[in-house]
Amino acid sequence: MLGKTAGSLYWMARYLERSENNARLIDAGFRIALTRSNTAAAEWRSVLVTAGQDYYFRQAHGADYSSQRVVDFMLRDPANPSSIMSVIKQARDNARTARTYLTREAWEAVNTSWMTLGALLRRQVREDDLPDVLAAIRQQSGLVRGAFAGTMLRNDGYNFARVGTFLERADNTARILDVKYYLLLPSVAHIGSSIDNVQWETILRSVSAHRAYHWLYGAEISALKIAEFLILYKQMPRSLSFCCDKMNDNLAWLQHAYGEETEAVRMGASICRDRLSRPIASIFDGGLHEFITDFLRANAALAQQIERDYRFVE
Amino acid sequence: MTGQPSHGQGGEVRSPYREYSDWFGREDAARIQRKAKQAEAFFRTTGITFNVYGEDEADERLIPFDVVPRIIAANEWRRLSRGIEQRVRALNAFLHDIYHRQEILRAGRVPVELIARNEAFLPMMMGMDPPGGIYTHISGIDIVRTGADEFYVLEDNARTPSGVSYMLENRETMLQMFPELFAKISVREVSDYPLKLLKSLAACAPPACGGTPTVAVLTPGIHNSAYFEHSFLADQMGAELVEGHDLRVVEGRVAMRTTQGYTPIDVLYRRVDDDFLDPLNFRPDSMLGVPGIWDVYRAGGITIANAPGTGIADDKALYSYMPDIIEFYTGEKALLPNVPTWRCSEPEHLKEVLDRLPELVVKEVHGSGGYGMLVGPAASKKEIAAFRAKLEANPRNYIAQPTLSLSTVPIFTKAGLAPRHVDLRPFVLMSPQGIRITPGGLTRVAMSKGSLVVNSSQGGGTKDTWVLED
Repeated sequence: MLGKTAGSLYWMARYLERSENNARLIDAGFRIALTRSNTAAAEWRSVLVTAGQDYYFRQAHGADYSSQRVVDFMLRDPANPSSIMSVIKQARDNARTARTYLTREAWEAVNTSWMTLGALLRRQVREDDLPDVLAAIRQQSGLVRGAFAGTMLRNDGYNFARVGTFLERADNTARILDVKYYLLLPSVAHIGSSIDNVQWETILRSVSAHRAYHWLYGAEISALKIAEFLILYKQMPRSLSFCCDKMNDNLAWLQHAYGEETEAVRMGASICRDRLSRPIASIFDGGLHEFITDFLRANAALAQQIERDYRFVE
Repeated sequence: MTGQPSHGQGGEVRSPYREYSDWFGREDAARIQRKAKQAEAFFRTTGITFNVYGEDEADERLIPFDVVPRIIAANEWRRLSRGIEQRVRALNAFLHDIYHRQEILRAGRVPVELIARNEAFLPMMMGMDPPGGIYTHISGIDIVRTGADEFYVLEDNARTPSGVSYMLENRETMLQMFPELFAKISVREVSDYPLKLLKSLAACAPPACGGTPTVAVLTPGIHNSAYFEHSFLADQMGAELVEGHDLRVVEGRVAMRTTQGYTPIDVLYRRVDDDFLDPLNFRPDSMLGVPGIWDVYRAGGITIANAPGTGIADDKALYSYMPDIIEFYTGEKALLPNVPTWRCSEPEHLKEVLDRLPELVVKEVHGSGGYGMLVGPAASKKEIAAFRAKLEANPRNYIAQPTLSLSTVPIFTKAGLAPRHVDLRPFVLMSPQGIRITPGGLTRVAMSKGSLVVNSSQGGGTKDTWVLED
């Protein structure tokens, strides 16, 4: 297949994943802003930093971190390259470029998403409509995922798209940890001590996993367990370990199909082996912040290597 | 016009419509209305939209689709297709001649200056033999009807005729909406066009091709107004859809950048104009083409479809010579007549055109898409005066034709069936194995009452075209 087409499928998947992650971040930010009006601005700022949009926000609105401003900026501002509307448009443009590699169902799901969200986000969303709009965004992304899983050939194009999905997701989870790691730190010394209830809930809600956490760990909330859950727990579909395993499966598929071992395959394997094959205590020993920074760097380097190895661009 | 589909001037139901008309008479208008709405949603979801140049990029428009098919009887089609085949054969022979010995110029049947001074003439093609001797791999011949047995060729499209994806999607839509109709009425298939296109292109593989030819479609990209069609055809043929930046010349072949390195292409179905093909040999500012593709082409390393320089054959100034061209190369009279045409470059012709401007249609020689033309009977005095000035300033740039009393076919409107003017663009494939014409083609319809302009860029719509089985 064409390198450009592989790149388009990969980026389409990354943008789709990003729109879903951003919807989740808005949801988490919105909840905390509702319950704690005094820290709302700081919370919104950390949401923007996590989503990589703080720079653009400051350019447009300075330090006015009001709920209404931030939500509108993150949902639909065309000046924000990562607003949900911008991201969906880029996903759709990439899908159009790769149209010949998509099934009719998969293409129509992406196109319908773009049309539906375009209609939903045509005007500023009222605060009381926000939960419905965010639910619709998540639902659209579920429909796209379903169309993909149900109809796409499991060929190289599919695997490139999957690599994009998991790379983006790992990046997102790592960013959440990167912005919030300081909340987890003070309590590390005494395992089992609880951290601020609302704060941990925010973290877990950002990855839609507050229910799963309790299901798994019961009522006990600890920094160590949350970190373990988000970093190492292999059954949690947004954990770094899960994402890396999946990504490596897809890269291994490509290696097998193409019959060549690429640098990207080696780098992907090394992320799993060198960074994620250790107990959580050892990660804390080495410094949680250092771990996350290193992971984000390795993930970004892998992304660049994939673009080179599979000739997405000349 | 009554509530029944009728045809032509008299209001009588012409025979090919009989069965459809019976069906329609028994149908509930509200149900058909609902179906028409569904069709629109279907086109949107599928992304069968086009961009209008100069408008907001986000504004993707639908081409209006009419649910009433345009129906052509088997014997009518036989006659038409014979005329079309003759015409396409002549066009290809003309191109070969004009880029080789130019016999037709020596014989004085076509004026030399019409070629020599024509921008569409590509001197670099002189003496060049395209693989298989084919210039017009794909052509579209625009036909209008003026009476029961009167058809005219309105223009030839020998560069990159578009619209075939609409022909295919229109049929697909009709099959989904009214499956029962196709059980009742035997309509000839069109859905195998993409495979025939693939076979036809593969049959024109260049000498350098070893094995099964690799075919690719070259598009200017997702912002091009016809991008949907480009991706649709590539998808249906199972061919790669490439842009200029996917290609480069590698070891004397044009190759595409795949995830595993560069792979040579044998046949390139290009949907970019000659000028943009090769920045080294044509327009240096073009980003759409491939530097050096021309040299590969000359050396027999790739087939370009249609061949560069085919534009000379569909030039409107040349159109008026088509009856001579057909006779010159086939030794037969043209089976399908031309619309009588005044060449404004000739003083007597110009005088007559200026005298009769309010009743004529005047077109730019190199124009397309319905832009820059005057439809005399529909124009205001002011528009006519403005056009007169343009015409007098540069008469060579124009031709004029009488306003034909085009036949109408019914379309479905809120107020019931209403007559509208249509044309027909059959699609013709040519390879060393022969000429293939898909039954029917694209029917374009002027959606507003009385209008003669069917171009989608000017608000025209389309409908499914049925050629009945015998």
